[in-house]
Amino acid sequence: MASMLLTSLRSSPLTSVQAAQFAARSFSTSVHLQAQAKSKKTLAKPGVKNIVLVDGVRTPFLLSGTTYADLMPHDLARAALQGLLNRTGLPKDAVDYIVYGSVIQEVKTSNVAREAALGAGFSDKTPAHTVTMACISSNQAMTTAVGLIAAGQCDAVVAGGVEFMSDVPIRHSRKMRKTMLSLNKAKTLGARLSLLGSIRLAHLSPELPAVAEFSTAETMGHSADRLAAAFGVTRLEQDEFALRSHTLAKKAQDSGLLSDVISFKVPGRDIVSKDNGIRPSTMEQMAKLKPAFIKPHGTVTAANSSFLTDGASAVLIMSEEKALAMGYKPKAYLRDFVYVSQDPKDQLLLGPTYATPKVLEKSGLTFNDIDVFEFHEAFAGQIMANLKAMESDWFAQTYMGRKTKVGAPPMEKFNSWGGSLSLGHPFAATGCRLVTTVAHRLQKEGGQYGLVAACAAGGQGHAMVIEAYPQ
Amino acid sequence: MASTRLLLTRSGCTALKTITGHGQRSLSVSSAVLARTHVSYEVKDNVAVVRINDPTSKVNTLGRHMQAELVEVINEIWGNSAVKSAVLISSKPGSFIAGADLNMFQACKTAEEVTKMLQAGQKMFEQIEKSPIPFVAAINGSCLGGGLEFAIACQYRIATKNKKTILGTPEVMLGLLPGAGGTQRLPKMVGLPAAFDMMLTGRNIKAEKAKKMGLVHQLVDPLGPGLKSPEERTIEYLEEVAVDFAKGLAGKKVTVEKKKGLMQKVQDFVMGLPPVRKQIYKTVHSKVMKQSKGLYPAPLKIIECVQTGIEKGNAAGYLAESENFGKLAMTSVSRALIGLFYGQVACKKNHFGQPEREVKKLAVLGAGLMGAGIAQVTIDKGVAIILKDTTEEGLARGQQQVFKGLNDKTKKKNLTTFERDRIMSMLSGQLDYRGFENADMVIEAVFEDLSIKHKVMKEVEAVIPPHCIFATNTSALPIKDIAAASKRPEKVIGMHYFSPVDKMQLLEIITTNKTSKDTTASAVAVGLKQGKVIIVVGDGPGFYTTRCLGPMLAEAIRVLQEGVGPKKLDSLTTGFGFPVGTATLADEVGIDVAAHVAEDLGKAFGTRFGGGNVEVLKMMIQKGFKGRKSGKGCYVYGAKSKEKKVNSGAEDILKSFKLTAPPAVSADEDIQYRLVSRFVNEAILCLQEGILPDPVQGDIGAVFGLGFPPCLGGPFRFVDSYGADKLVQKMKRFEEAYGNQFTPCQLLLDHAKDSSKRFHK
Repeated sequence: MASMLLTSLRSSPLTSVQAAQFAARSFSTSVHLQAQAKSKKTLAKPGVKNIVLVDGVRTPFLLSGTTYADLMPHDLARAALQGLLNRTGLPKDAVDYIVYGSVIQEVKTSNVAREAALGAGFSDKTPAHTVTMACISSNQAMTTAVGLIAAGQCDAVVAGGVEFMSDVPIRHSRKMRKTMLSLNKAKTLGARLSLLGSIRLAHLSPELPAVAEFSTAETMGHSADRLAAAFGVTRLEQDEFALRSHTLAKKAQDSGLLSDVISFKVPGRDIVSKDNGIRPSTMEQMAKLKPAFIKPHGTVTAANSSFLTDGASAVLIMSEEKALAMGYKPKAYLRDFVYVSQDPKDQLLLGPTYATPKVLEKSGLTFNDIDVFEFHEAFAGQIMANLKAMESDWFAQTYMGRKTKVGAPPMEKFNSWGGSLSLGHPFAATGCRLVTTVAHRLQKEGGQYGLVAACAAGGQGHAMVIEAYPQ
Repeated sequence: MASTRLLLTRSGCTALKTITGHGQRSLSVSSAVLARTHVSYEVKDNVAVVRINDPTSKVNTLGRHMQAELVEVINEIWGNSAVKSAVLISSKPGSFIAGADLNMFQACKTAEEVTKMLQAGQKMFEQIEKSPIPFVAAINGSCLGGGLEFAIACQYRIATKNKKTILGTPEVMLGLLPGAGGTQRLPKMVGLPAAFDMMLTGRNIKAEKAKKMGLVHQLVDPLGPGLKSPEERTIEYLEEVAVDFAKGLAGKKVTVEKKKGLMQKVQDFVMGLPPVRKQIYKTVHSKVMKQSKGLYPAPLKIIECVQTGIEKGNAAGYLAESENFGKLAMTSVSRALIGLFYGQVACKKNHFGQPEREVKKLAVLGAGLMGAGIAQVTIDKGVAIILKDTTEEGLARGQQQVFKGLNDKTKKKNLTTFERDRIMSMLSGQLDYRGFENADMVIEAVFEDLSIKHKVMKEVEAVIPPHCIFATNTSALPIKDIAAASKRPEKVIGMHYFSPVDKMQLLEIITTNKTSKDTTASAVAVGLKQGKVIIVVGDGPGFYTTRCLGPMLAEAIRVLQEGVGPKKLDSLTTGFGFPVGTATLADEVGIDVAAHVAEDLGKAFGTRFGGGNVEVLKMMIQKGFKGRKSGKGCYVYGAKSKEKKVNSGAEDILKSFKLTAPPAVSADEDIQYRLVSRFVNEAILCLQEGILPDPVQGDIGAVFGLGFPPCLGGPFRFVDSYGADKLVQKMKRFEEAYGNQFTPCQLLLDHAKDSSKRFHK
């Protein structure tokens, strides 16, 4: 079904894509109405505070090594935070707390949340901390904020995430580090000289960070390729999905739907106001690429994987009362969320499959109730594998302890403004983009419930249900 | 081409004739297709996918039936013009082809018969090597012996990076050689030194290493959960990849030859020089002679076959290979080694049924070498372990031993550091009895002293749950004496491990007449989990293994007292086939342990266990010569020089206990047989007394636990092949000189009287 739709997308010109989408959407609306009749209720729970997303912004996501190349991570985070302040007109001292996500840490700004907040002009009386949970770091930042508000400790929290891949910490080798540390302690000239003399050429070779699991030493792309093979996802399916992502992103960008993007005057460079990784190609071009990880017979290539990206995002989360008291019109309610984890070797990227049914059950919703799906696209193969896993009774019974399959989201509701494959994936910034996009799509498309799901290194995953704020 | 196909068909038919019930197969092709049970094929995109699966076994072996069907299928493929290439794959997860069917050779009466059979196999593989269409071997699981020879006859090899995927030529371990072209193709494929290493050691090679060596061309990663089970899908994926490569080969898009690096070119050039090759043959030959003492013919024949093939050409090589294999198959060494192989397989099964409860938590008492060793071999099998000691130093040492064992595996890349940490988290080191209330089994490895064992048993029984089994690790104390202190003797069993536990394969399990069957089943299940080869014997002083070793050690001391130096004693015993010389063995075991055992068994069995004077050992202990662990025993340890020095202090002691050697029984060969006959006689007595349930376990225990010469196959097979009557004659001669230590037991006498009586059929 999904592949049929994709094929038609690929072969038809843009206008017919639109037509198909309209048709699909009107179809989905009717489904939605039916669901409405049965369960059009708010997910508010007695005794639980309503927590709202007031607004969300992000810097343009750029290919690493491009316009942001000379910045530091906190510069990007600062831009997102300032953007959020501008967008919401929030008084700088009205924020109780700031939580920020980051994956690859710049050692100088290990608590990047605090450095960025100070730089963005927030009150120095506002505490800030940094969280890390791989690709769902800013999801963790947001749910941390939700927790602080739900527990009655805060009323207004800024959450966000930043990733800066243009510069990553490259370290001296362990042996070299040890020598250098001992050198500090060496008292006599002789001791110092003998330490220096112990340095060998091999000690000078640096340690590069890799997007690899510590527990298995397998790179994520390699694992994604194996996952795709395990679910029988073909190269063609992957390329088609990647092309879909780029095509939809391009369309969303051109029609001005990506309103969470703020303009950013990069010091010493021009104003950046658009993502620069969206590049709809052709199937023929994509077919020419060689596999990037499993050679020569793998299926994951540079074109059907998310690329290294620089970017930052931020959201303002409040209790509903506080938001209303401050005169805000919130965009959405943040409802139930779950974190899941599984085998980091063979199920590294299956987080969405495990998290989706769990969060739906928690909310008392079914697939039919969801109007908007935003899944993090790490690799086209990973998304396709998740969709196949969700459609498989055997997988559900054997590995998830369920009686029947989860079911897969209908493609017309799925990542329809592009995804990480095309927009880019600054690891810790993606979560806020997903949530903000759901809120925006719900507003634009008139839906009620949205679902965010994402996988993360370490074999972890996350899902959250978002409810549109009554217009 | 046509004639060769005819030949293949013919050999296929002759093979078929021997299998009853398949006579009608030759009538028509369609019925033959229907009747095939081991080999099937389908054509996908002009690629013939040949799937092998022996429905009667867990592993695929190249038996008559399999070979016949393969020949049939391959002929059909060649006859099908639509087929441009072929993939050979097994449908069994975990086994490509584990080797040739040994029964096939064992059924042969003469060397010529074996040779003829091999020549048919050689020809079949030669056909494949020269096949007009390329063959891709897609390897998942064991690819050994004939299976590897089949694979290397193919044009291309793809293997899964699975832990179960191993390639190798283990024939040498069965006293045979790779007889289906292996000695000819391997040297060309991986080079002379690597080929010798593979064939002479029989070692298993993992897929990654095989790729580096040039033994396989491509690797495929094993897959995790998907829409099918990981095993099933991995095979499917392997097939998909192999089919792609097969198409590539047929379309000339994939080339078989790799570009050679500079090093490779240099190596090839050097190997091309006859004097260099000659030197290699010579070096390898002398190395083999040094290690095997000339007792094992197979390695020498392997060298001969390789040399013949390279120096005199293929035809001569193949002929030498098949003829030598035939000769080897008829040797007693090969029979002995094959007997051990089957014995080992039998001793890796639980003959006592499924235990009622699986042992999920094991407590080990005593973190010494033994206790920690037991923890070490159990911890990575998903069993939670409590390692308890009485002192913090003892515990720390034991925990470090377990960690080191795992860490060494990470250095060899058998384990990731992360897996090591996960495994290590299963270990709880402690000084108290916390958590014993959840233990399913306790193995005590405390000091060998009955009163200490009783004290420990009482302490443990006060805290363990009713179902918990109490196993005692002792090398000589009778289990019933230990169990005397137990409130629940049906749960008490002996588990005699051998040091070092992680290296020694044997586990001797001892049951008393009160031990319940379920307790035994559980102990065997734990032993099997630990990867042990298990013999289950009856209770008595020294059980089986220690009891056999006792008289031999006593004789060794006498030999030493008679003025034969430790070095001479070692060379006599290793010359007979013992992997470790007796004097060295005593040092390894520990002189104090030996004295302890000698005294205990001496008390239990009387003068039959006499010979050397126990006072010799006691004096050595007094002087601190306790063996390797104390730095001095028969030899002096510690110095880094390779040459071991005899401990002059020990020599002085021996001089003070000097005995005169009776010249009639003191020739070198006599000394060897004095040592061996006492061992063998005691082993047979154990069988006669019912300590030992059968000769198979007797042979396995002696070889794997005590280092009885593997080329002789164990004491029982030795008596069978040497002749009970000849042995009895020798013993009678010794008896005249020394007395009842050499009196043959009744069972041995029975066998001597009636030559039709044999321990092994």
